[in-house]
Amino acid sequence: METVNKKELIVSKIKNGTVIDHIPAGRALAVLRILKIAEGYRIALVMNVESKKMGKKDIVKIENKEVDEKEANLITLIAPTATINIIRDYEVVEKKKLKIPDVVKGLLKCTNLMCITNNDVEAMPEFKKISEKPLKMKCVYCDTVIDENEILKQILGSKS
Amino acid sequence: MKDIISVYDFSKSDFDELFELTDKLRNMPIFPKILKEKTVALAFFEPSTRTYLSFSKAAINLGASTIGFSGEEGTSIAKGENLADTIRMLNNYADMIVIRHKFDGAAKFASEISEIPVINAGDGKHEHPTQTVIDFYTIYRNFKNIDGLTFGLMGDLRYARVVNSFLRALTRFKPKKVYLISPPQLSARKEILEELNYPYREVIDYNEVIEEIDVLYVTRIQKERFPDESEYEKVKESYVVDMNLVSKMRKDAIILHALPRVNEISREVDKTPQAKYFEQASYAVPVRMAIFHKIVGE
Repeated sequence: METVNKKELIVSKIKNGTVIDHIPAGRALAVLRILKIAEGYRIALVMNVESKKMGKKDIVKIENKEVDEKEANLITLIAPTATINIIRDYEVVEKKKLKIPDVVKGLLKCTNLMCITNNDVEAMPEFKKISEKPLKMKCVYCDTVIDENEILKQILGSKS
Repeated sequence: MKDIISVYDFSKSDFDELFELTDKLRNMPIFPKILKEKTVALAFFEPSTRTYLSFSKAAINLGASTIGFSGEEGTSIAKGENLADTIRMLNNYADMIVIRHKFDGAAKFASEISEIPVINAGDGKHEHPTQTVIDFYTIYRNFKNIDGLTFGLMGDLRYARVVNSFLRALTRFKPKKVYLISPPQLSARKEILEELNYPYREVIDYNEVIEEIDVLYVTRIQKERFPDESEYEKVKESYVVDMNLVSKMRKDAIILHALPRVNEISREVDKTPQAKYFEQASYAVPVRMAIFHKIVGE
């Protein structure tokens, strides 16, 4: 974590869990939304801190939860610059490599109102990646393509 | 082969096999009863005449019995039953399901719920794969080949599911050129165009390209899609296949239409040698019999 030394620590180190650093400023809450972090976890959020690389950035620390591969990949949808460190006994034991997921299930809504996923209680929306740059994902049911703007809009809501 | 959801479920050799099988079935005095003691469920959540009846007749010809409905009225769907539960119920009564539904992607979703094969008989504006096999079989009967031909798709290319399936199926072949003739409001969907691996061009005025076309595929322009009725009237007038248009076509070119038509093809065109849409409709039953053959693997 490039900008935090002992003197500047805003929140204390965690013993076990995950530290997600280099989140674009203002997107920490959306990261938690993607991870579906709800009650029960002890979380530290640091927002809009100085960063040499990014100018401003957010940091999220989650105690006693190790973010898995699938969750790490989902984070790329809104925070491609993020770095994910798994912490055990105060030490970084693993740095997760991020890859835009090939399939996103349940997180994004199809923009086609006539898609079955918007009309049947059991039909869960599912998207397949068709390109990374620019980011485009296609609904596996109706073939509607959504782009990066739409993905950001859906995950970040109106706060983008 | 299990489910048929998209034309992408057919390879080039599947098309070839289906054409040969359809040829054979058309010449058989008695059909093999490969669906004997089987039940085909016709789950038509949207009303349909031609597709419903042709699937029903194809199933009966092969020895199956059919159950089903056409339209939601009088079913539990009208009471609010969801698609997944209807499919689960049909799994108890049938050996395969032919589904038509107003929502895009409904057939794929049904196939995920179903343990028995599902055939897409039209899902919203998404796809209608078995109609495309009928279309292509008609082309094959008339030209002996699909490769090397020049196609013109004319009318509503945005909301017509037969167009999506047709354009996708052409990726299995080597068309010389495909002209997409439509008003800008009804141009083909970008995501479909991005999948195409053959040369195509979008045009508004068919006069620019009509002399080159071997197969003119006409679709109905749906009035209800237009926010402004005067726009519709303008567009409607420019896409009527009449004797004047036919006179500009090549003598060996053909006109196809999935039917039903409204005003987009003048009745006088019916008697011209180019009009093949009734021939096309006549292949619906044998082609769908061939598709049943593929599904049961005999």
